[in-house]
Amino acid sequence: MTSYSQTGPGQQLQIVVVGHVDHGKSTLIGRLLYDTDSLPDGKYEEVKAVSEKRGMPMEWSFVLDAFQAERDQAITIDTTQIWFRTPARPYVIIDAPGHREFLKNMISGAALAEAALLVVDAEEGVREQSRRHAYLLHLLGLRQVAVVVNKMDRVGYAAERFHEVKQEIAAYLDSIGLSPTAIVPISARHGDNLARPSYKMSWYDGPTVLTALDGFHPIAAPSDLPLRIPVQDVYKFDDRRIIAGRVESGQISVDDQIVFSPSNRIATVKSLEAWGAPQPPIRARAGQPVGITLDEQVFVERGDIISHVSSAPVLSNVFRATLFWLGHAPLAVGSRYRLKLATDEAWVTVEAIEHTIDTQTLADEAADYVDRNGVAEVILRATDMLSLDAYRANPATGRCVLIDGYETVAGGTVSLEGYPDQRRQKGPKSENLTAVEHLLTADGRGRRNGHRGAVVWFTGLSGAGKSTLAMQVEQRLFALGMQVYVLDGDNVRRGLNRDLGFAPEDRVENIRRVGEAAALFADAGVIVITAFISPYRGDRDKAREAAAEDGFHEVYIKADLETCEQRDPKGLYRKARAGEIKEFTGISAPYEPPETAELVVDTMTHDVEASVDLIVDYIRDRLVIRNRPTAVATGR
Amino acid sequence: MTTHLDALEARSVYILREAFARLEPLGMLWSIGKDSNALLWLARKAFFGHVPFPLIQLDTEMELPEVYAFRDRLVADWDLTLKVELCPPEEAMDQTLPPATRSAARKTEGLRALLARDGYRGIIAGIRRDEQSTRAKERVFSPRRLDGSWDFRDQPPEFWDQYKTEVPDGTHVRIHPLLHWTEIDIWHYTKREGIPVVPLYFARNGKRYRSLGEKNITFPIDSDAATIDEIIRELEVTRTPERAGRAMDHEAEDSFERLRTSGYM
Repeated sequence: MTSYSQTGPGQQLQIVVVGHVDHGKSTLIGRLLYDTDSLPDGKYEEVKAVSEKRGMPMEWSFVLDAFQAERDQAITIDTTQIWFRTPARPYVIIDAPGHREFLKNMISGAALAEAALLVVDAEEGVREQSRRHAYLLHLLGLRQVAVVVNKMDRVGYAAERFHEVKQEIAAYLDSIGLSPTAIVPISARHGDNLARPSYKMSWYDGPTVLTALDGFHPIAAPSDLPLRIPVQDVYKFDDRRIIAGRVESGQISVDDQIVFSPSNRIATVKSLEAWGAPQPPIRARAGQPVGITLDEQVFVERGDIISHVSSAPVLSNVFRATLFWLGHAPLAVGSRYRLKLATDEAWVTVEAIEHTIDTQTLADEAADYVDRNGVAEVILRATDMLSLDAYRANPATGRCVLIDGYETVAGGTVSLEGYPDQRRQKGPKSENLTAVEHLLTADGRGRRNGHRGAVVWFTGLSGAGKSTLAMQVEQRLFALGMQVYVLDGDNVRRGLNRDLGFAPEDRVENIRRVGEAAALFADAGVIVITAFISPYRGDRDKAREAAAEDGFHEVYIKADLETCEQRDPKGLYRKARAGEIKEFTGISAPYEPPETAELVVDTMTHDVEASVDLIVDYIRDRLVIRNRPTAVATGR
Repeated sequence: MTTHLDALEARSVYILREAFARLEPLGMLWSIGKDSNALLWLARKAFFGHVPFPLIQLDTEMELPEVYAFRDRLVADWDLTLKVELCPPEEAMDQTLPPATRSAARKTEGLRALLARDGYRGIIAGIRRDEQSTRAKERVFSPRRLDGSWDFRDQPPEFWDQYKTEVPDGTHVRIHPLLHWTEIDIWHYTKREGIPVVPLYFARNGKRYRSLGEKNITFPIDSDAATIDEIIRELEVTRTPERAGRAMDHEAEDSFERLRTSGYM
């Protein structure tokens, strides 16, 4: 079965045929090839003979279902591709299996397509895999979908039944943001409305399947998006050092200044290399392979992403992914997988399963694990910094797969909503800094005060009780004669941080400054209590780094979202729910609870007084310098 | 403006670079036919004039003399590293296979011996989906079991250009950079790029080879196409499958599936 593939160079379009098992996908394709006269000599006779051998009438699906097992069970196991052309253009048709068990094969086929035909049985109507396939098309980023309502012969070519099924599928597609380009009533077995209109359904005046196909548009590589080139390799086959990759989006030219992420190294493109080209290229655009040489030898490795300096990808070691899970074992919180994102690889841990998505009802459901073929929103945290984009912003660098051992277990799209870009100047901007030796020591200050200075860092949701507890703890410690001060939103945002808002980047900078200021207070011998939500674990870790060793105490003021929302002391949750406050932690921005806090204070089980006692006891235990029996004159 | 051929080429180059970056040792099967010559050309494009892995010919000593002559000339002209793997005799094959299929199985066994001896993790092969219906179901990166066989019932998912490169020790991956090309694409590309081909593809005395295989199991077709342009014109109207002249494909309904499942290209 071969070269009825009359595809000369031209605007070829790849379409996938999806739908529930037995709704007639392979039959549709087989018949379409026959009706467009695309079958090679002898194929019709061969398939007819093979069908008869198995005691069946002409089985069109055997044109595609090549494996013995597929023919014996009359079921498509794996995806296949076949070429044909209409007067308008050549096509590659991708057949995808409809059986739930072979979902991974359906995805392998559908991910290659530019458009899809969704087949629904007129008799059975919309079934489980009809919806699941449609949902996966949407997740895979496919936006051009036409529906065929097949087996109209089984329902007597009745217009009423067609309209029922049409309404059912259109409603589902609409709920996931897909609007079909056409919904065509057909009988694949008899060729009704495939290549030509059927007189048996004269009540239908829409397009045939072929017309619907010709109405799809080819998808061009996104040259208008910012430049992204994931580095595939660095070659030194001869005296050139060539960085190899493919332009996934945007354009690159000789003399462009480019930045490598996540290393943040910058260099200028000296040349674009191509073998056998009459002249070396000066520009490359989305879809093209490239070889780049640089003006200077900066360290580059596979996995880096090349961009222009002003439009670099986001750096983050944590992100939200909408995953389809293909693993045999369920996905569980705390599991570790190998992430592949463009050409980069990293270890990631599943930090949380936010919820699973029922592809039938589209309901969100809380879950502790995700089963095979399930869809879920999860938070993934990597051990290393990743360079990536939100899928909406740039698909090629905004999607990933997960590997467990030797098995590809998931694919997913990236969302960065609520997560800040962690690309920042490492190290100080000014280079002329010399540490000045202080003449006073922390020990000296501690002896004078009777306690060491330290940062006591409260973290928790809004309404968990941070400010209330901070103020009372301050009062109690002061009464005990200790040097103590509270940094909170009120005194910090009014002055030091008045240039900052609440966008993720500003929140990061806010916490960075609080961390640095707190470290200075502590160094001055003060016990400084900070009362900020400080939702990101990475930011709190940086504050810990800013403080002296052993001088940082993370206190998790713990209360769940439901409790905090009920308390809602400032009415903020109500506003956030109403959409009046954007990026509100817990509602529309993430909160990452500490993993190894020095102290956890559960304010759902402890009242204010008990909580204050816990914290004051903790501070006295750790920070008070016990009066040693001074000058015990051993000789006296 | 990117053409259809540019898009096909870009995809193949990407696949070759992924294979080279992730699988070592790597080798490329070279049958010296039109497809594997196009593949070799694409490798030189991918690696900027170099071929950074050995070419492997599974030799049954049954190729046509023109094929051997062409091979030796190209190895010298392009400075290629060629390893010739002599395949075991037909008597050593599974005797339940039909005769031509049995003959073709010699290459499977030759490859098996090579893998066992040299421990390749990646083998690049120039098969295409449009050649044959079981090849149409292949993955670009297709993992093989310990004995080199193909588990077509449980192929790994493959999407978003993320390929299977993690495999257990002792097994290997077949890489198929031409999977998305068609026969006529290969000829258009051969013409555009000026890639040399064995002269047997061009008609002499009303006959030409459309698909090259061993002389005992491959037959020329009736044709007057003596240039690439004439071949393309012929393919535009033909209704005969490319591999009609390959006896092993047609001996039984499942003969080629049996060959491929056990590890044939």
